[in-house]
Amino acid sequence: MSQAGMMAVLMVVVRRDLILAVRRMSDVLTTLFFFVIVVSLFPLGVGPEMEVLREIAPGVIWVAALLASMLALERLFSDDYRDGALEQLLLLPQPLSLLVLSKVLAHWLISGAPLVLMAPLLGMQLGLSWDAIQVLLLTLLLGTPAMSLIGAVGAALTLGLRGRGVLLALLVLPLYIPVLIFGAGAVEASVSGLGASAHVSLLGAVLVLTLCFAPLATAMAMKISME
Amino acid sequence: MLKGAGGLMVSGLAVWRGDRCLFSDLGVALNAGEMLYVSGANGSGKTTLLRMLCGLVLPEQGSICWDGKEIRELGDDYHRELFYFGHLNAIKEELSGLENLQMSAAMAGQPVTEAQAIDALDQMGLEGFEDLPAKVLSQGQKRRVALARLLLTRARLWVLDEPFTALDIVAIEHLRDTLRAHLAAQGMVVLTTHQQVDFGTMPIRQLKMDNRSEIGV
Repeated sequence: MSQAGMMAVLMVVVRRDLILAVRRMSDVLTTLFFFVIVVSLFPLGVGPEMEVLREIAPGVIWVAALLASMLALERLFSDDYRDGALEQLLLLPQPLSLLVLSKVLAHWLISGAPLVLMAPLLGMQLGLSWDAIQVLLLTLLLGTPAMSLIGAVGAALTLGLRGRGVLLALLVLPLYIPVLIFGAGAVEASVSGLGASAHVSLLGAVLVLTLCFAPLATAMAMKISME
Repeated sequence: MLKGAGGLMVSGLAVWRGDRCLFSDLGVALNAGEMLYVSGANGSGKTTLLRMLCGLVLPEQGSICWDGKEIRELGDDYHRELFYFGHLNAIKEELSGLENLQMSAAMAGQPVTEAQAIDALDQMGLEGFEDLPAKVLSQGQKRRVALARLLLTRARLWVLDEPFTALDIVAIEHLRDTLRAHLAAQGMVVLTTHQQVDFGTMPIRQLKMDNRSEIGV
């Protein structure tokens, strides 16, 4: 099939997932509120000293974003799996890895992008400087899609298993560690005045790497799970 | 619309579920314009066979060839010729019947106009229900939305797992006519059903999964 025809198909996949998300708005909002609430719990638990909060802010926001995107992961393929749409996806005359990539893109737009947009507000709440907030925004912009891509592999592997939520977390959370280290590290470096460019570059490298390999791995995992 | 001859050729197929052998050395050939009716008791491996024919399950032994080539090598070229209808409808509850139909057609790389999609739904007896979200439709109506795809697809090989389930008499009648028209246009159908359906004079091969005899056309 022609290149244009394939792009059209991939766009339909993205558009369909976005329409479904809009009609099921609660799913999007739960992830976002989870993120906001987890971050907001810290001032209550740690105490309102601005110095302490500013120090822990990068780590807190990053861990909360990581958990929130983890929470959203379960829905990536499960609805399609339940109603048979995933079976049909496997039988489409298009490369499965590209179809997977479109689904992950839609999933990131629904669950990752809102987190990125909400982050500056939470950064201000924890007393981060404007410079640090800019770095936070940039790292989340690079980090959340990488987490969606990595998570997709786990989500495809655990399709149809009992108690898959916990298993998915156990599989995927360790793989999030590099993203967390570079993401939170960049913001911390910026706060302490060291400059964040090294961390941001590494985070960008992680994103490029996952962009290349995660869709292939996800497609393989999905074929195995669907047998 | 349907061009080219050739067909489906299955030989030496075997499947185990754990230690139990579901079937072994299964061979069958299907030519253009023929229907393969797979019958057998529950658990005899009908669905597994159908999923295997689609390439969703890899056979442990044996080969499945389409126009003389292994389906695994054909990959997407085979998928373009194939329409699979499984136990699950693949209907999205939040989308209307019309949206479901248009999107699945577009995803299969065969986009249809709104008028064509509405026409297909009307033919399946869903006139007036086109714009309702699928979640308010009954089980049988959802099934009809899913089957309306048959009227729009350009695939040559239809693999239908229990297509008659949850349909009323009128819909069964209509589906039968659709199958007949597809066969007349040199299409191929593989199907399972537990219902007593009178296929009349359609060219049918029957594959009984219990004692595995093939009854010719």
